[in-house]
Amino acid sequence: MLNRLTISELTTKLRRREVSAREAAQACLDQVQRVDGQVKAFLSCDVADVLTQAEAADRELADRASTHRPLLGVPVAIKDVIAVKNQPLTCGSRILEKFVSPYDATVIEKLRAAGATIMGRLNMDEFAMGSSTENSAYFTTRNPWDAARIPGGSSGGSAAAVAAHECIASLGSDTGGSIRQPAALCGCVGLKPTYGRVSRYGLVAFASSLDQIGPFTKDVRDAATMLAAISGRDERDSTSVPEPVPDYAKVLTGDIKGLRLGLPKEYMIDGLDPEVNQAVRAAIGQLQELGAEIVEISLPHTDYAVATYYIVATAEASANLARFDGIRYGLRVDGTDPIELYSKTRGAGFGAEVKRRIILGTYVLSSGYYDAYYLRAQKVRTLIRQDFLKAFEQVDLIVTPTTPTAAFKAGEKSEDPIQMYLSDIFTISCNLAGVCGVSVPCGFTSNPKLPIGLQFLGQPFGEAAMLNAAFAYEQATEWHKAIAPLAS
Amino acid sequence: MAASDFDVKYVARLARLNLTQDEEMKFGAQLGQVLNYIEKLNRLDVSQVEPTAHAVPLVNVTRPDEVRASLPTEEALRNAPAKANGLFVVPKIVE
Repeated sequence: MLNRLTISELTTKLRRREVSAREAAQACLDQVQRVDGQVKAFLSCDVADVLTQAEAADRELADRASTHRPLLGVPVAIKDVIAVKNQPLTCGSRILEKFVSPYDATVIEKLRAAGATIMGRLNMDEFAMGSSTENSAYFTTRNPWDAARIPGGSSGGSAAAVAAHECIASLGSDTGGSIRQPAALCGCVGLKPTYGRVSRYGLVAFASSLDQIGPFTKDVRDAATMLAAISGRDERDSTSVPEPVPDYAKVLTGDIKGLRLGLPKEYMIDGLDPEVNQAVRAAIGQLQELGAEIVEISLPHTDYAVATYYIVATAEASANLARFDGIRYGLRVDGTDPIELYSKTRGAGFGAEVKRRIILGTYVLSSGYYDAYYLRAQKVRTLIRQDFLKAFEQVDLIVTPTTPTAAFKAGEKSEDPIQMYLSDIFTISCNLAGVCGVSVPCGFTSNPKLPIGLQFLGQPFGEAAMLNAAFAYEQATEWHKAIAPLAS
Repeated sequence: MAASDFDVKYVARLARLNLTQDEEMKFGAQLGQVLNYIEKLNRLDVSQVEPTAHAVPLVNVTRPDEVRASLPTEEALRNAPAKANGLFVVPKIVE
């Protein structure tokens, strides 16, 4: 059962030569073979390539057991929006069905430098637009806790693969909650770093001012290890910030005595499921017992976050997705002139949600509407960011539910965009404000048994303090150790 | 900025995006609802507020202007839908 191990457990065993990297990779591949017919987290997996990488890791482990590469021999699976050289990069879209990446994203270079075995392509909502993976052009990933339910999205494959123990950790991307929401719904740890913490070079752009890459892991220590491996300034991404990268795993003390935790009163909304509310309240009680001080705070512009997000994100998406025009790569549907070629290609290549968002984004940027929609939304974004900066003068961290409900059923919201958008209500502000966030398991609903997520929001570049609070909570609880039915 | 002004056909043309008739009907109705929802931003007075384009404002990020290796031509053309003689093949633009 090597596939069930955490990064820290596996690397300890690998260094002691109790197990080989090949055995670990094989255990994950076997699990994919066994359960992915049901879970459907992987779009593809290059088995020969995975084993070649694992064997290289074993040679290095044999040569010098004292190696300091923190992920040497650890199988890490990748959301299909991050470029891995010579592997497919579909973004869950037909328009990139046959695309093969000519280069590695910076995060992949960094994972390789840390020794990770890069494993497979994980399913997602098309171009990361969605909250359920139902917008994937290929298939819907299933929640490992209940196959009738969605795993969340857009990084649903990344969350489900970790929860189903098909890999040791994975990478996803988060534009409005696309890491934290699926992590909460699948019962794993999902971390969205501060905007600028991690290079976006090689991440296919959705909304450039909001996108960040981050890890899915089985516990908080692993999230810290992964974050340290992928963070840092990269000259190929001019928005990556030259802040020093701490050894995040080393600073986890589990001591949160005197830590001030803010509870935003605006997050206690009507749509909050009673069981979610109860679990989060219990978690807050536990944090208090651990020595944290709870302070009620206000984020007064919370109610405007979803509307602001769907203007800013779609505007940026409509510009970013203009590159998919059938000329240089991807699908081409011929036309008599270039305009007809573009329009036919895009009409045939994009799915419904991508089309909706391109149209909305084009509209809010179009002549006569720019000031009324886009500029106004950018101003409201300022107010939302100021809410957070003001709150952080009062408290060290903010704690909230990650989602208003546990995982919903496939099909339940797919025809109602607004209801789908509202499932990200607690995660969206974090991206607009540019702060960091992490979701950790904090309980289950009773019938059916579905995971519930607790979200910590930290100050810009305050990942170390945020992870330490999440770690303290996790040390005091057993939720993260539960095994999903579809994983066994 | 009334949502009723929203002309899905016109905007789809701006976006170079072919829609079927069904899609036009469906998206028109759905996006009308989304625009109505977005109208709530009008309740706020933002006359004194500066816009935020990026949450982490870095300005004038430059690097030395030096020649570096880039993607080789074959690699850049690897995913091209049509190519010949090291070039992308596209429809005729001028007669």
